[in-house]
Amino acid sequence: MLAVQILVDGFAISALYGLGAVGFTLMFGVSGVLNLSHGATMVVAAVTAWVVAGQHAGSPWLAALAGTGAGVATAFATYFLVVRPIQRSRSVPAAEKEIFVLTGTLLWGIMIQEAVAYFYTDNPKTVQPLIAGVMQIGGVRTPINELLIAVICWTVIGLLWLLVNRTKAGKVLLAASINPRALTILGFELSRVYLLVWTIYGVLAGIAGVLLATFLGASSAQASQLTASAFSIVVLGGLGSVTGSLFAAYVVGYLETLTAYLISPAYRTVPALVLVVLVVYFRPHGLLGRR
Amino acid sequence: MLDRKTFTLHVRTVLLAAAALGCLAASQVRAQTKEPIRIGIISEESAIAGAGISRAAQIAMDEINAAGGVDGRKVEIVQYDDHNSAADAVRAFQRAVSQDKVVGVIGTYITEIALALQPWSARTHVPFITTGAASNEISRHVHDDYDKNKYTFHEYMASPFIADSVCDSVKLWLQTKYSIKSAVVLSEDAAWTTPLDAEYLECLPKVGVTVLDHVRFSPDTSDFTPLYNKIEGEKPDVIVTGWSHIGVQPTVQWAQQQVPIPIIGISSQATSGTFWKDTNGAAAGIVTFSVASDGANLTPVTQPFVDAYIKRFGEPPPYPGFTTVDAVHVFVEAVRRAGSTDGDKLVTALEQTDYIGTVGRVQFYGRDSLFTHAMKYGPTFAPGIALQWQDGKQVPLWPKAAPNAKLKFPAFTHLQPPKG
Repeated sequence: MLAVQILVDGFAISALYGLGAVGFTLMFGVSGVLNLSHGATMVVAAVTAWVVAGQHAGSPWLAALAGTGAGVATAFATYFLVVRPIQRSRSVPAAEKEIFVLTGTLLWGIMIQEAVAYFYTDNPKTVQPLIAGVMQIGGVRTPINELLIAVICWTVIGLLWLLVNRTKAGKVLLAASINPRALTILGFELSRVYLLVWTIYGVLAGIAGVLLATFLGASSAQASQLTASAFSIVVLGGLGSVTGSLFAAYVVGYLETLTAYLISPAYRTVPALVLVVLVVYFRPHGLLGRR
Repeated sequence: MLDRKTFTLHVRTVLLAAAALGCLAASQVRAQTKEPIRIGIISEESAIAGAGISRAAQIAMDEINAAGGVDGRKVEIVQYDDHNSAADAVRAFQRAVSQDKVVGVIGTYITEIALALQPWSARTHVPFITTGAASNEISRHVHDDYDKNKYTFHEYMASPFIADSVCDSVKLWLQTKYSIKSAVVLSEDAAWTTPLDAEYLECLPKVGVTVLDHVRFSPDTSDFTPLYNKIEGEKPDVIVTGWSHIGVQPTVQWAQQQVPIPIIGISSQATSGTFWKDTNGAAAGIVTFSVASDGANLTPVTQPFVDAYIKRFGEPPPYPGFTTVDAVHVFVEAVRRAGSTDGDKLVTALEQTDYIGTVGRVQFYGRDSLFTHAMKYGPTFAPGIALQWQDGKQVPLWPKAAPNAKLKFPAFTHLQPPKG
């Protein structure tokens, strides 16, 4: 029974981790940007969903939609106000641009986090589950919402796979991640590719934020922890590798759940972090990284 | 034409008159602009409980000033945000005393921060009243080294009293309605819960409740499923909590996972009026200790304060709101009694406090008590209350129930009526 409980719980949380990390890694793969305001973006989505849910009680789907929209809006704001000005700046040497983007998004994330805390306090916010109630799985009482989260995550990830592998826009994204210069020579506007990847990123982070609010609850104080968790999953899986990130999300998710159930919830994140350190030491390109 | 002599005389008179008028005017101005009595408020503005401290202080300040202030002097609140950091709070305290010239500091709902401010209050001889921190370490320091630490007062229920109040409510109220024979104590790992849990473990068995397990968890826990899973396996009748830094998340997960065990004890976030909204109604059935609430009517001033707070801020006050509005009044009364803002005289005056506030009759324990300068607990002083969230409202149920109020646990929980 405990085994079933761990299986079910670990599956939902891993799916959520996966969704959060996929956008993060895709962004790095395509545009070389590590967005350290990732957690703040998720929190904005979660808090927006909470605010809208408070104003329109009884329509959790509307709240979810608004939250996702807020995720996209935050992603655009990050791109246009922080990342693009740094990328285009002439006073920042090309070799230092990545570090500037890292610092810029980190500070931007803190600004968002503080703003959310100022207006809506840092107490955690939760959104009503899309479907309430529980069901029995192998004798384990499981909230239906938890299953729904896993289904939504995998549907979205599936759609992303279709987009990348089956559409022209997706192939352009892939090409940009392999050789952006060649893509420009072929006459593609890189700025458009970036806009597309930021949109996809915003949708993914937005959905992940809203789902987190319906599941465990989200608070502005968690923003940096969410960034760190996405970051360690992505490093574990291999920077830029979407499959690697999904695989790593499950490794981390199950490792955490096992620790929480079998040892103590207090040490939940410790083994996963130790694993990240080991992987960085012995296999710096990650479990499934390509470099 | 005026001769020279008369002219000089005239000039002299005019000058004298002007000088006299000037003096008069100046003395009048001085009377009007007597230095205000400045009180520093240190709290975490981005937390509901912290914001409740500064908001309640503003209400108290306006009440006092509308009634003429203290001997013609106005009361002025100087507000500092400590961002839930002891270092920021200490800096705020230093600034408050050296630069802003406050004569007393009120604030913080966090024990760790109150303990960090205590030595600064001792060093500067500026009285400090904490209105939300709970650990009895605060008053124990006053007891152990009175001459040094006497400047600190603890105007909130000390942790052991909270536990006693919970045990009293179980015995005198809950056990008359349900069979409650066993419990698991589930508390966050923080300074205030150490004495709380110790007292739970002592007083629960005394009221016939076996403690099956004692679980402490990190305040950054976000997934409570493993904890609930473990507790459910132990089959207790109730979960007795010590929650303050957390609250929304375990409540929401308890309701979503339909954990069949009712939650009682203290959940500080549930004392805030926004808790229902924050949890989307998952709060239904949660029982928590508090010092007062909307509808609790502990004294004639409780409800007028709640109404004023709701009118101004759109929501009922969280627990430190009640203790803070009382503390500002208590402090100002002490200034009046002392006829001075000297730290030592204020301490003596504060020790004589006997004030009917929103939480009951406020008095402080004396030097002979282990809880020196902590607020007195008991039916004739501050009794503490138990309230339950029902249909979006906090319903006070014990010791005085609101009219027609009834205990109502969610359908997914199981409690049996008492046997015999």
